[in-house]
This record gives sequence, C-alpha cells and structure tokens, in this order.
Amino acid sequence: MKMNIRLKIGIIILAIFTLGSLILPFFMEVDPSRQGTYPKNMPFSLEHPLGTNSLGQDIFWFLVIAVRNSLMLGVSVSCVTTFVAGSLGLIAGYVGGWLDRVITALMDTAIAIPAFPILIVLSTLVRGNTSFWLVGVILVFFGWPWSARSVRSMALSIREREFISMAKFSGSTTLEIVRREVFPYVYALLVVAFIDAILWVTTTEAALAVIGLSKVEIPTLGSIIFWALSYNALFIGEYIWVVAPVVTTVILFLGIFLTSTGYNQMYATRRGHDV
Amino acid sequence: MIRLNNIVATYTTVRGQVDAVDGVDLTIPRGKIVGVAGESGCGKTTLLKVIYGDLIYPLALRQGGVEYEIDNVGYRVETKNGRQVTTSNIKDFWFKHISYIPQSSMSSLNPVVRIRKQFVDFMDAEQRKANVLEEIREYVTSLDLPPEAIDAYPHQLSGGMRQRIMVAMATFFKPDIILADEPTTALDVVVQKGILLLLMDIQAEMNNTIIIVSHDMGVHYQIAHKMLIMYAAKAVEFGDSEDVFKAPLHPYTKMLIESLPTIGDDQMRKGIAGRPPSLWEDLHGCRFAPRCPLATELCQTQEPELIEHKPGHFAACHSLR
Amino acid sequence: MGLVRYIASRVGSYLVVLFVGLTVTFFLPRLLPSDPVEQYIYELQSQAGQTLSPDEMASLRETLSQIYGLEGSLFSQYLGYLERVVLHFDFGPSLSSFPTPVLEFIRRALPWTVGLLATSVLISWVIGNLVGLLAGFFHDSRGATVLEVLGVMLYPIPPYIVALVLIMLFAYIWPIFPLTTTIRPGPLTFEKIRTILYMSFLPALAIVMTRLGWNILSMKAVSFANKEEPYVTYARLKGTRPRTIMTGYVGRNSILPQITRLSLSLGAIFSGVVLIEILFSYPGLGLLMRVAAGTGDYNMMYGTIVITIFAVATAALAIDLLYPLFDPRIRYR
Repeated sequence: MKMNIRLKIGIIILAIFTLGSLILPFFMEVDPSRQGTYPKNMPFSLEHPLGTNSLGQDIFWFLVIAVRNSLMLGVSVSCVTTFVAGSLGLIAGYVGGWLDRVITALMDTAIAIPAFPILIVLSTLVRGNTSFWLVGVILVFFGWPWSARSVRSMALSIREREFISMAKFSGSTTLEIVRREVFPYVYALLVVAFIDAILWVTTTEAALAVIGLSKVEIPTLGSIIFWALSYNALFIGEYIWVVAPVVTTVILFLGIFLTSTGYNQMYATRRGHDV
Repeated sequence: MIRLNNIVATYTTVRGQVDAVDGVDLTIPRGKIVGVAGESGCGKTTLLKVIYGDLIYPLALRQGGVEYEIDNVGYRVETKNGRQVTTSNIKDFWFKHISYIPQSSMSSLNPVVRIRKQFVDFMDAEQRKANVLEEIREYVTSLDLPPEAIDAYPHQLSGGMRQRIMVAMATFFKPDIILADEPTTALDVVVQKGILLLLMDIQAEMNNTIIIVSHDMGVHYQIAHKMLIMYAAKAVEFGDSEDVFKAPLHPYTKMLIESLPTIGDDQMRKGIAGRPPSLWEDLHGCRFAPRCPLATELCQTQEPELIEHKPGHFAACHSLR
Repeated sequence: MGLVRYIASRVGSYLVVLFVGLTVTFFLPRLLPSDPVEQYIYELQSQAGQTLSPDEMASLRETLSQIYGLEGSLFSQYLGYLERVVLHFDFGPSLSSFPTPVLEFIRRALPWTVGLLATSVLISWVIGNLVGLLAGFFHDSRGATVLEVLGVMLYPIPPYIVALVLIMLFAYIWPIFPLTTTIRPGPLTFEKIRTILYMSFLPALAIVMTRLGWNILSMKAVSFANKEEPYVTYARLKGTRPRTIMTGYVGRNSILPQITRLSLSLGAIFSGVVLIEILFSYPGLGLLMRVAAGTGDYNMMYGTIVITIFAVATAALAIDLLYPLFDPRIRYR
C-alpha cells in the first residue's frame, strides 16, 4: 500500500495517541481525577511535566486519562454509528422502494435539524441520571445520517452499474455479487465514515462538556477545559491548564482528519482517479 | 500549404513518456478537405493538436516542427536543442484564422451560460460590437438553425443542433484552416450527412483548408479530397482520396477500405484481426508487420519510409518495391 | 415542468422536517424518565430551602401541569401543542423569569443570532469559495498547495477550540476585545452600532475561521475537477482569456454543488454558532438555551429548540429555492 504523506502523518499521530493512552496509564501512581493529590498550581517540573492545577491534580496525567476516555467514547460510538449508517445506507440504496423513501426522509430530517441544541436539551433532561453511555447513545442518534447518505448514493450507483447485471447473468448469487463487486467500494467508504464519526463524536462530546452539559466528573478532553474555565484558569494566569488540552485536541483531531482524507486519496488513486 | 517536418510529439504521463506522433513528414495542400483516418490511438488527434498549436503540458513537441502561413503571417513551431520555439503567437489566430472543432462536441459547451454569450466571450472588445449578435443570428440561420437557438442554453438543444452551433462558432470568422476532430461521432446517420454537407459547402464557399479526423472511413469517402492514413503514430499512406480508395497501396489501407459496407454487396465484411502495438514498448521495423499478410523478415527489422510510389500518392511499405 | 416539481419537492421536504421536528420536540420530554414537574418542584425546594405543605404542592403541581400542557390525553396535548406553537408561536411563560413569555425573550435574542450567523456565513462563503476557486484553478502552483494545507489544518478544529484560542489571545493576552458581550439596551445610535460591531467581532471571527477550512477545501476539489471538463478545454482552444475561463466557466459551474452543500450544512453551522454564542456570552439564542438549561426552564428550552428548527429549515429552503437561479438546467426543461 503506497501511502501518501497525509496518511502517513495522520497514522503516526493516531498511533502515538492510541499507544499513549493504552500504555501510559500503567505508569500512573494515583487516580488523576482525585482532587487535592498535589499542591495547587505548580509550574513545570520533572515530577509534574505540565504542572498542577487549582484542584491539585497533575495536568499531564489528567490529560492522558482524558485522551483515553475521549478516544474510547469516540471509537465505541463510532463503531455503532458506522454500523447503523452502513446498514441503513446499503438497504436504502440497494433495495430501494418505499423502504428507501422512509429511510431517506429520516436521514434528511436528521441532517436538517441542528444536533447541538437538541443535545443541550437532552443533557439537561437526563442530568440526574446521566451515564456516560447514555451520552453515547444520544450521539449515535445524530451521527448516523451523514455517512448513511454517502453509503446510500454509492449503493444506488452500484445498483445501476452494468457489472452487476453481468455478474447476475453469469450466474453468481446476490451474496457473491455483493461480496466481490460491491463490497470493495463500500469498504473504503465505511473506513472513511468510521474515522469521520470518531472525529464528530469526540468533538461533540467535548463541546457539550466545555459548556458543562456532559458528565463532567469524567475526565475527557472537553471536561478538562470546563474545569479550567470554571476555576478561571485564564484569569489567574494558569494558561497551561487550558493550552495543554487545546493543543492536544488540535493535534489529535488533525491526526484523525489526515488519516481520513489520506485514506480517501489513496483509495481514489488506486481506483484510477486522478485526485 | 501546411508543412509537417518530421514531427515527434510526446505525452508525459505517470507511466513515463510516449510518442503519440512518431516522425510524420509531409506537405498538406491548402484549399482542400483532407481526411485523416486510422484506429483509435494512432495519433490523429495529437497531430491535429500539433498543427493547431495546442502544445500544452502533458503534450510537447520533441522533434521536428510545423510550418504554414496565415494571412501572410508565417507560423512555425519547432524544437531547437530540446526547446520548443514558436515564431508567432498562434493563440492570437485561434478561431479567427484557424479553428478547432473538438472531439466531444456534445459536452464542449458551458452548461450554465447561454449560447450567444459563449459565441462572444472569446472575442476582443473591439470585435464585440453591438451588432455582432445580429450577424451571429444571421449566420446561424444560414446553417439551418433557428435564430433563437443562440438565446438558448446548451441542454435545450438537440445533439445535432449543438454540433451545428460548434461548426458555426468555428467558421464565423471565416478561418483559413479548420481542424475537425471526429465531428460526426455520436450523431445519427441523417444528422451526420447534414454536418458533412455543411462542411463541404463552407469549404467550397470560403475555399479554406479543412482537416477532418475520423475513424469512420465512410465519412472520408463522402467528403475528403486528400487522405492521410495513420497507424501506430506513423503515417502509412497519403494521396488523393480517389487514388487511395480505388487503388490503395498500403495493406492496412486495403483492409480499412474492405471493411466498408457497400449497398448491394451481400458478402460478409472482414474485420482486421489483432490490435495495434502498444506504443510503450520498443518498436522495431514496420509497426503493422504483426497483422500484415504480406509481412517478411525485412518488415520485422527495418521501418519502411513514406515514399512517393505514384505521382502524389505516398505509402510506407516494403512490398511496393 | 422541472422547475415546478423542484419547488414542490423542496417545499414538501421543508414541511416534513418541520412536522417531524415539532413532533420530536413534543415527545422528547415525555419519553424520558424525568418528570419536569417533579424536577421543578425539587429544584424549587432545594433552592428555597424550605418545604411546601401538601396543599401548596398539589396546587403548584396543577398550575405547572397546565403551564406545561400536561393535562388531558396525550393526543389532546399534542394537538394543543401544535395549535399553540404553529399558529401563535406561543411557548408559554418563562419559568425562571415568570411571567415574561418565552416569545419575548426569543424576540430579543433572535436578531442577534441571525445577524451574527448571516454575516459570518456570508463572509466565510465569499472568501472561502474565492480562495478555493483560485487554488483549484491554479492547482499546480505553490500557493495552491499552501492554501490546501491551510484548509486541511483549519477544517478539523472544532468551534469551541477556535473560540477559546481567540479568547485567550485577544481577550486575555492582548486584551483588545472584551471577555463577554455587554450591550446596554437603548436606541440604535451610531455609537451603539460601533459597540455592537466591536463586541461581535471575535465571535464572528470564530465562526468565519471554523467554516473557512471547509469552504476552501470543497471548492478547491470541485474547481479542480471541473477544470478538466471538455467545455473548459474548448473555451481555452477558442482563445478565451484565462480569467474569463476561471470565473465564467469553472467558477459558475463549481458554485452549484457548493450551494447545495451549504443548504445541507446549515444544521451543523447553527450548532457551531450556538456553541460560540455560549462561550462569548453573546446575547443570542444560544445563550438563552444555555441559561435555560442551567435553570431548568423547560418552556424556554423548547421554545428555543422549536425556533431553531424553524429558522434552520426555512433558511435551507430559501437557499434551495435560490438554486434554480444559478442552474438553468433546473429552470428550463
């Protein structure tokens, strides 16, 4: 697989983050979300690479756990979302008929309604009983239409293509046709959809957390910023508390995005298009 | 006349460089309709581009050159020391003294702009006077189109009408040279005939030179005065079309003509077995040899030259000695 | 009659979206495990620090149920809800600022949101598409690669990060702009307009930066693809000037899918605007929502949600109806 430069950089970044969030926690001495573990607002040192914050937490280790939680949520919700999007998109596109019309109506409505305001309402309604996973379920509801659209249009175009008819005439069963001819195209699309979903889920959860409407007791990339803002980190000059998660978020999202477009570019070139 | 001096034209692609025209050397007379025939990929379109002066990346002139006169101004493009040198800016003449009708005429019109605007947006300000539109309308009517056609958008016109518009655009300024690349492809036979007659009328009236590229020998039979047959980037036969059709010299030409249907003849048409060689490989000897019934050992090793075997009738084949 | 069918289908989708949106908003609280009446009473009590007598509680429950429209069967509630909302835009009174009607707050906040959104989206649209067209047309130049990299780097950055960075840079480190937006009520003087522009600058900048990456990248991709189209090649062969080719041929055709994409992404754009409003304390719908969420003011929350759905769907419809102006293939059969 000849990888282009985008894909290379993206995968390197993602690899660092994934390995980091999986391996580093083994080296933790204390639970980073426990408050008052260390003296407050200490500057950088060997013991605390990013210093500590106003809650007496080590910023670096908190960030590590935050990344891990954000990624875990992102990946798991994305799996479900991509599965739902892929299935519904394929059914709608390939089967067609009234089923297609119903699914399309759902899709278009879900896209037209802005997700964030609804999420704000939902998060307050379940405030007392929010579990982290409920947030995930809600995110699936809003995340599936985007990828489903692309899968559906791809399924539609494949249905029209002549080689499907040819395969039918040559005697292959529908399942064989799907596996041999349809799946390679759809596979690439699903990979891209999966990666894009991770980006969207992580962003949206973090956005909710930043304004204090997610389960902010759990360290995520968003909640860390929320706590920093609540404790007026900027006002008291504790910039690192905000800057560290901001920089981390930007690099992580950049990595996810580069992987997504890089993969898309590579696959398009392999199919013979000039990108 | 249009002088083609041993032209070698190259395309640069991801796979490397390929010579789409490999050493074509002849003189094309003015005031005639010249047909260029051959299979897909033989280099006819590239030759047209070279003559037109559309030498834009990835196409480049590697060797040789083209020479002709337009409006008493000489135009020459050639390669000196590996660099392409043009004596005058051919782009100033485009569509005013030399025109090009491209291959995919169906989609060569901007879908979101009215025809009349596309008629004028390549003219300078001084040409774009108020009454130009009226002149265009008149001219278009003379080509058997309704005058409102130019107010329409491309998708509102039929394929045949669009092709006539293309011809109208290309001939409006009465150019000296018209290059037409497959002007009748994708049109039905009746419409085809109309376009061909149109071109013949224009040529008779303006006495200009029309070079028509087509893989359809039937088209050439109907209107060409002179014929150039190309095969695998080489010119294999050139002469008056009467001579070429009645007494073809090159075996390839013979096979091309034999594949033409004739009314009243019930015999099965013979196709030509095999395919042209890939231009990516190193080619030795006559390029038609693998498919030629007359091929000898000499044909495999030595390339035949385009020689005048009869007055005005050239062919490149060892069997003619 | 292509145009008529197009308009009809767009209006049809619009109505479907509104209907589904209203219905979902209606059923949302009723399907979730919390009871807004009980929740309100609970919060009231914990805030006031005292308990109510059983009689007081009963009458409070009844009043609240009426206000929430929770009386009667589900179906009658639904009909009543539809009638109130669709015909009168009546969302009831705000619970945290009783008895001011929700509609009043919305009326004050809506112009701010619309103004901010329209201006920022317009700016990022014009700049982004222009830059994208240039980058796609001059694809091989170094400038185009730089712009592409710029677009790639801007695109994945979420709105809250952009907002935070801007706040950090321009409200803390170099305090040029204020932290929060405070605009005193009063007549629209020239001075006031200046204040408004001053306060709106950072939030608008945040929105523009968030959208710019997407505009540049998608326009560049479309322009680059359209550059290879036969009609562009033909225009070149006719001797058309490159500038005319770029604008009249590539530009005019590339803008079409961009318009469609804009209409589709209005929901996402609005979400971003809401978030940015909250972070800048900008007096628009976003802030209303956040405050309502914090105080448990259900009427306010639903009111703002419904208005949001309505506004986004209408804006999308407006864009869709403008599309035929740009594409003659839809206008004429």
